[in-house]
Amino acid sequence: MWDYSEKVMDHYRNPRNVGKIDNADAIGEAGSLACGDSLKIYLKIENGIVTDAKFQTFGCGSAVASSSILTEMIIGKTVEEVKKITNKDIAEQLGGLPPEKMHCSVMGYEALEDALGNYDNLTDLDDLRDEKKAEKIVCTCFNVTENMIWDAIKQNGLKTLEDITNYTKAGGACGKCKGLIQDIIDTYYKKEESESQQSTLSPAQRILKINNIIETQISPELRKDGGDITLVDIDGNKVLVKLRGKCSGCKNSHLTLKAFVESTLRDTVDKNIDVIEVA
Amino acid sequence: MSLIYLDNNATTKVAPEVLDAMMPYFKEEYANPSSIYEFAKNSNHAVREARGIIKDFINASNEKEIIFTSCGSESANTAIQGVLNMNKNKRHIITTKVEHLCVLNLYQTLEKQGYKVDYIGVNSNGELELAQLEEAINYDTALVSVMYANNETGVIFPIEKISEIIKKKNKETKFFVDAVQVAGKIPIDVQTAGIDLLGISGHKFHAPKGVGALYVNSKTLITPLIIGGHQERGKRAGTENVPYIVGMAKAAELAADSLKYELSEVKRLRDKLESGILKKVFNARVNTSISNRVPNTTNIGFEYIEGELILLHLSDLGICASSGSACTSGSLEPSHVLRAMNVPFTAIHGSIRWSLSRYTTEKEIDYVLDVLPGIINKITALSPYQDELANLKQLRS
Repeated sequence: MWDYSEKVMDHYRNPRNVGKIDNADAIGEAGSLACGDSLKIYLKIENGIVTDAKFQTFGCGSAVASSSILTEMIIGKTVEEVKKITNKDIAEQLGGLPPEKMHCSVMGYEALEDALGNYDNLTDLDDLRDEKKAEKIVCTCFNVTENMIWDAIKQNGLKTLEDITNYTKAGGACGKCKGLIQDIIDTYYKKEESESQQSTLSPAQRILKINNIIETQISPELRKDGGDITLVDIDGNKVLVKLRGKCSGCKNSHLTLKAFVESTLRDTVDKNIDVIEVA
Repeated sequence: MSLIYLDNNATTKVAPEVLDAMMPYFKEEYANPSSIYEFAKNSNHAVREARGIIKDFINASNEKEIIFTSCGSESANTAIQGVLNMNKNKRHIITTKVEHLCVLNLYQTLEKQGYKVDYIGVNSNGELELAQLEEAINYDTALVSVMYANNETGVIFPIEKISEIIKKKNKETKFFVDAVQVAGKIPIDVQTAGIDLLGISGHKFHAPKGVGALYVNSKTLITPLIIGGHQERGKRAGTENVPYIVGMAKAAELAADSLKYELSEVKRLRDKLESGILKKVFNARVNTSISNRVPNTTNIGFEYIEGELILLHLSDLGICASSGSACTSGSLEPSHVLRAMNVPFTAIHGSIRWSLSRYTTEKEIDYVLDVLPGIINKITALSPYQDELANLKQLRS
């Protein structure tokens, strides 16, 4: 039994925007029948704004929910805004997905990316197809390319082979590509390391990094215990946060703040950081 | 509508009579059957009596051939490793591609330890390729291990015939049968069928989870898996789980009494469900042969839609079934059984297993037949393969 959120259940029970748009301005596809899930998304775009979106999905409850909420997320947005949407946003909007089901949100992102890609290159569809073919397939069982794995690592901070499989399905069947996937992970983090060594973070990058770590590493841990945390402000080395849910008013919140939140940020961003709770 | 439980190949409800039979051994008769005092007499006798009942249930020739275990997986592990340990000079094993994972994963581990394992395939009906099996047996074959019926398809394998083939090719080769999915559904006769070792699990026939049995015939020697005390004639250490053993024996008695009902009424309801679905849903197909099945099981593929979503919608109406789809299990590939059968990829992800029991009622089957077409229509409307579906509809109308 999957631990689906209420939102996921609502969306697979009552999917929004089902169907196709006959004169769509952009159509995107991801997945395949053989792989066990696939998605087709249709967009109507007027003056750079997505005015309508519809989907057709072959897949499980979370695949349908991811597609359904994605259409809701993009209708009314500009193409530029829509381009910024990642699989993480989809999963977040759904109130989270079980780890093994993250690939459903990735499929939504891929279909959207495909649609926007062919919208931008409407005149050069053939070029686009050739380009796609040239991409290196890593997992032949599920047709996962190197770029897809790279994107998933980047967007979600994935660290392990298991993460990659949960998010992209790559390596989930015959497993022959596991070595290759590990190489990609290693290459990614080597690159990131050398980049971070070369340049110290700009103030904006620093804020983003702190926020990212709070969201991906700290907040999920607190949520396990029924609490949560939000970043309020950053003032030099002072990081102001607000504890919520069970964390606020908890006798041990001081301990959580110092021993976990602060030490995590010191390890990953800057050893001079001080975390301060604000009401 | 309350709960409609059509997943009896996964587990079954404990029969009320079984629970009643067990209760005294929790409350009053809690003695260790190995103890010497008078107080232990009843629990000791209860285990002895249960052993006799299980012996009769599978028609073994002697009570000494029955070993009580904790589950089907333990029975299989004890049988397989026990036989191999006693035949250290033989390094070859034959099994099927469609065994339960408790057996398959063990064989994969044994392969890493240097054993050679041949996996026999099945045809598109789910029936075993006997010629492959016959060809594979050689002088080095320690063990042939075949399930009596498959848990996902319900297809029964010709155990007696397989035994004849084995004995013809190599008299020393032992034959282990995983009978977890047939106990209580069809009669088992280990002597007529020529079986050396056979495993069953209580919770598949209305006993509680946590108890099973292994039959090892008197000509077959095994080492114990669990080493310790002298219980089960040294073949399985650990204080006897008296209430559960009593419960399984009671369940076996009840199952033996209702075998006729299984083969007539349960089969009739299963057939009604199956033909009803085929009639009402154009994109449904039976994935297996329709003869040679246990009477309670049908596996139906719904084309161009995905199984988990079907199960979620059924669950909203209190209906429990299961799916061989990848999404349900958390693994990323669909069931190894349906893949071994080459079920078309249009149907494999939408395959649903329905498994009834003697508690299933006509009213329940009618209700499922009433609501299922609506669910399938709703999900089919989401599918990106509308053109393919339209073609299929035309083809089948």
